[in-house]
Amino acid sequence: MTTRTDHTTVPTPRLRNGRTHPNNVQADVWLVFLRELRPVLRDPLSIVFGLLQPLVFVGLFMPLLSSFSAGELDLHWFVPGVLVMVSLFATASTGSNLQFDMHTGAHERTLVLPLRRGPLLIGRALKEMVPLTVQACVLILITLPFGFLPNPVGALLGLVILAGFGVGFGALSYALALAVKNQDWMFWTIQQAVLFPLMILSGMLLPLEQGPGWMRVVAAFNPLSYIVEAERALFAGRFGWEAVWGAVAAAVVVLIGLFVGTRAMRRA
Amino acid sequence: MSGMSTKAIEAERLTKTFASGNKRVRAVRGLDVRVDPGELVAFLGPNGAGKTTSLRLLTTLLPPTEGAARVAGRDVRTEPAAVRHRIGYVGQMNSAGHNQRVRDEIVMQGRFYGIDKNAAAQRADSLLESLELGWVANRMVSSLSGGQRRRLDIAMGLVHAPSLLFLDEPSTGLDPQSRANLWRHILRLREEYDTTVFMTTHYLDEADQFAERVMVMDHGRVIADDTPSGLKANLIGERVVLEFDSHHEAERALPHLREYGSATGFQAPVHHDRTVELPVPAAGSCLPKIVLALERAGVPARSTETKRPTLDDVFFVLTGRTLRDTGVSAPTETSETEEETP
Repeated sequence: MTTRTDHTTVPTPRLRNGRTHPNNVQADVWLVFLRELRPVLRDPLSIVFGLLQPLVFVGLFMPLLSSFSAGELDLHWFVPGVLVMVSLFATASTGSNLQFDMHTGAHERTLVLPLRRGPLLIGRALKEMVPLTVQACVLILITLPFGFLPNPVGALLGLVILAGFGVGFGALSYALALAVKNQDWMFWTIQQAVLFPLMILSGMLLPLEQGPGWMRVVAAFNPLSYIVEAERALFAGRFGWEAVWGAVAAAVVVLIGLFVGTRAMRRA
Repeated sequence: MSGMSTKAIEAERLTKTFASGNKRVRAVRGLDVRVDPGELVAFLGPNGAGKTTSLRLLTTLLPPTEGAARVAGRDVRTEPAAVRHRIGYVGQMNSAGHNQRVRDEIVMQGRFYGIDKNAAAQRADSLLESLELGWVANRMVSSLSGGQRRRLDIAMGLVHAPSLLFLDEPSTGLDPQSRANLWRHILRLREEYDTTVFMTTHYLDEADQFAERVMVMDHGRVIADDTPSGLKANLIGERVVLEFDSHHEAERALPHLREYGSATGFQAPVHHDRTVELPVPAAGSCLPKIVLALERAGVPARSTETKRPTLDDVFFVLTGRTLRDTGVSAPTETSETEEETP
């Protein structure tokens, strides 16, 4: 190629010997994460609006539940479950953001960048931690005056497990968006078809102990059941096997989510 | 392919086959392209001709089924990341995220290419200025007009000063003023950076005016490759249109016109009712002689007209369709007219 007169003050860095990408993997992940996070940080109110639905459950559903159980199922039983609901709902729909980028062309553009495919997905999924953790904290703060008293260390560990689950579940939502391509209706249909059974079969809103046997069997295969149990244990200050199994379940969701999501992104 | 190659684009027998149900659709069939550094090539073709698929093959968005291509000196199949590092790509749709801010997107685009934060910011500011986007720098992308969004796409495609820029219908959907504006920018940036530009367009007047080379694609193949003037001269040529008093008069005039027709003889005179259309080497200088000769022969022309070819004529001769129709007209062969992209 001919030597060109460069009027730019910024020459593109040339790839050093043996390097195939201009940035390393961590930098790829970090930059994608940063870009995804920006609209969220600029519009923090949107995070709080996402709390509307969980608050309706706390305000309208919990009093009913409490009366039915003669006060046995109180805030301490219910709030940890709602926190799991927060992370479930916040991340399940995130694939629609990617679908929007697929419609506008922004997604295609990122595929022509010298970015690795994995970080394109991982950076997005990691960002899911931020809004869901903020939402969970706000919800805890709102319920404190009503008598919710979590164990601080347990709460912190509980939030870490929730964040992990959110990353994994968000990755699955992105994978779904990539799989159904431009068919929005298909995304929402599948998402809803998965979301509600997952929620009900986790004992999040109602205890499954009194449910039919087959439900308990199915729930035993639902990773969310273990996470809900772990959150209840941790927020109550019980640091036993329940918490460990919850952490394992979240880790499994993360691994599956990132694996499936990364594969979907490579095929995009 | 030669190892000494310094071509910007070098594709050989590039083929892309999509499976569509039980059918196999060959969207691109044996594409051969050679583009030198610094060229501005317009890639034309009706919808479904395989243009976008070709572009997606060359920009590593799709793996080829057969054939090979080196783009900016790297193999699209074995070194896609290196190709991506060296090219700029402005797709048919918008590049920027709608919920992002204009300047943020350009800076981040630069950082994706490995440019450090400060340098990317500096670069973004100079691009914002040269593309007249400075005053919307902190606006949300979703609030921009179509023309502004397109210029933002171009800015993002140029942030790393690529030596090769792919543009997929850069001016589609813009009003004439925005189109002219966009072109002014493309040409100026090209002059500044000596960038090779490979673009598809729907506007033949654009290709005619700005491209140094036009490639016409149809049914997955390149069917013509020349300068705009070369295509017009070789495929159509200039013509003189003569109108006579009657069909009979026109017929009587035909023998007297033979000697003025183009020496290449790629097109015979077309006689239709009272008019005769005659391909000639140079319409302006031929016409007076023809008029005189007809007068002497006793078959005077009633009115005359000279016709210079446009790329629309070229396109029609090559594909049997006008480009403006192609969005709606029935395609000629079903197998190539499937969706270009999977």
